Amino acid sequence: MVELLQDKDRIFTNLYGLQDWKLEAAMKRGAWLGTKEILEQGRDWIIDNMKASGLRGRGGAGFPTGLKWSFMPREVTNRPHYLVVNADESEPGTCKDREMLRHDPHLLIEGALVASFAMQAHACYIYVRGEYIQERNRLQAAIDQAYKAGLVGKNACGSGWDFDIYMHHGAGAYICGEETALLESLEGKKGQPRLKPPFPANAGLYGCPTTVNNVESIAVGPTILRRGAAWFKSFGRDNNAGTKVFCISGHVNTPCNVEEALSIPMKTLIEEYAGGVRGGWDNLKCVIPGGSSVPLLPREICDDVLMDFDALSAVKSGLGTAGMIVMDKSTDVVAAIARLSYFYKHESCGQCTPCREGTGWMWRVMERMVTGEAETSEIDMLLDVSKQVEGHTICALGDAAAWPIQGLIRHFRPEIEDRINNYRANKPVFVAAAE
Amino acid sequence: MSARRLAKEQPDSFVLSAASKKEIARWIKKYPKGRQRSALIPALWIVQKQADGWLPAPALEAVALHLDMAYIRVYEVATFYTMFNLAPVGEHHIQLCGTTPCWLRGAGDLKKVCESKIGPKGSVSEDGKLSWIEVECLGACANAPMVQISNSSGDDYYEDLDTENFGGLLDDLAAGRKVSAGPQSARHTSEPITGAATLNAKGFYNKVKKKKLPNTAKKPTKKKAGAK
Ligand SMILES: Cc1cc2nc3c(=O)[nH]c(=O)nc-3n(C[C@H](O)[C@H](O)[C@H](O)COP(=O)(O)O)c2cc1C
Ligand code: SF4
Ligand code: FES
Repeated sequence: MVELLQDKDRIFTNLYGLQDWKLEAAMKRGAWLGTKEILEQGRDWIIDNMKASGLRGRGGAGFPTGLKWSFMPREVTNRPHYLVVNADESEPGTCKDREMLRHDPHLLIEGALVASFAMQAHACYIYVRGEYIQERNRLQAAIDQAYKAGLVGKNACGSGWDFDIYMHHGAGAYICGEETALLESLEGKKGQPRLKPPFPANAGLYGCPTTVNNVESIAVGPTILRRGAAWFKSFGRDNNAGTKVFCISGHVNTPCNVEEALSIPMKTLIEEYAGGVRGGWDNLKCVIPGGSSVPLLPREICDDVLMDFDALSAVKSGLGTAGMIVMDKSTDVVAAIARLSYFYKHESCGQCTPCREGTGWMWRVMERMVTGEAETSEIDMLLDVSKQVEGHTICALGDAAAWPIQGLIRHFRPEIEDRINNYRANKPVFVAAAE
Repeated sequence: MSARRLAKEQPDSFVLSAASKKEIARWIKKYPKGRQRSALIPALWIVQKQADGWLPAPALEAVALHLDMAYIRVYEVATFYTMFNLAPVGEHHIQLCGTTPCWLRGAGDLKKVCESKIGPKGSVSEDGKLSWIEVECLGACANAPMVQISNSSGDDYYEDLDTENFGGLLDDLAAGRKVSAGPQSARHTSEPITGAATLNAKGFYNKVKKKKLPNTAKKPTKKKAGAK
């Protein structure tokens, strides 16, 4: 039996908004507790403890957060430093940052102060996806409360550090979640990713040193520092430390968000919190474990895989955003992936040819795979094209478009072949397995 | 990538209202001097609200003038971001999420409801009350399937939909009846529908006490901050 995380070890104690989000209530839950003392320990202490906690970025790539903060220049020149919080949350299957923005905004604002201080940034922008209109209103209200209470602004928390925090928003474009596209967008331009180098730590927002972090990566900071790196590290396996908010959607009985320890078995997570797979575990067909950009995993692997960075990459998938998309045996999995191919085609920013042309081409072929109106040889051609897109583009959207298709072919090739054969034999191309 | 163009039929003129100008000024203050262009997306959003939910070409010109930018830079942004509507929409504009997590839970059936009550994708109902488009993941997948509905009083998510409650919702909107946003089920937000299995250890979150910071054996090195 796996031991489940206890409420006392949860960071997002108002994940479902069952409590009051406002400042006073948030403080009772522990937000803004001793923030001044944290700042008084100095930037090295903050960064060293973040490193020691083992926190890896929660926005998808899993880059160690403390290490990232240490990349900012040690000396501030005439170019100010910025922290930019990525609240663009648009990866299909992912809906966790939304809950932090609207239910625990003070954890995020406090985290932004601590992180900005550690990186010598006097200003932070929180870039909220355009559609989260209620969420950004809530965040703005929380920011106003923090200013009024002297927690941010001049001499934030009485620390002597001046800190301004601003809510900014987009207007509907998945690509703006990519950190350099996000910076372009924040500068009032089309959200088209920049070539790297230079990296944002050298030339980011307005050409100034900038760090971009996911909402969750920033919001967990103060709690980690208050409770200690060792506390955070005690959850999850080595190199996969901490608690994490998982999103569980699709064919489960009770879809939900939940904070759990990393390295929890996928099956436990689904059965304990999401009410199990519709029709029982044996009715499971596959799971996309980390948001739409990572390859799916068939049931055999789901049986005992752990939900963490290393375990999922060992089975050629990834933890990504920890947005799990569950599909039962009634699912037309080829159509499910084809819909994602449409998504990537729709969201490509169009500036590099392999992505602009490749995503459209892959989507059109996928649509024919759905109806079976394709040649068997095209399966390998599709795989080949996906490999030509992967790794040959400015940003990782190209990879993100390729991986779901590669996962499908890796695990469900016979199903695609059957369809092509059925189509030729004039039989129904897809019949859902009985529940 | 999808090409987006301005509508063929355009009004002759557009005037930024005083309220819009005031709101835009608040945004400009958020950015460093000389960086008012950063306010472009919020400004276009404000103007779209003023213009009944879409962006006519003269409105783009007005924004360009107001932010002291070339028209083409404003045009580029308005056509890049999908929340900017380039043609008129209904009084209640429905943005139906069709991405895989919503599709797995019945977004396809919701589309049929829209088709029968409003018309084909992208259309406005004859009485001008409703319009609908399909959009990509709105970041509420644990409450799938869902839509966002924009109208003069705001932009809200309606979640945990099925053909029945969604059909009723559209009828209510078209008839001008009051509706309530959020999950259309017994759920509060994204907890399991059977009730939250976590975060219910009564009151523990009101007892958080200040403790000594861990890992601070040495005296706080106040003045060392940043230097090395
Ligand atoms: C196409 C694309 C979309 C992305 N969308 C998001 C997003 O919505 N939110 C996010 O935090 N990171 C997103 N990322 C990752 C960011 O580029 C960046 O790695 C992340 O914000 C870093 O934060 P972290 O180190 O705290 O994880 C996206 C990346 C790509 C390539
Ligand atoms: S990979 Fe695609 S989304 Fe990324 S920069 Fe190139 S065209 Fe744009
Ligand atoms: S797929 Fe519809 S909200 Fe995410």
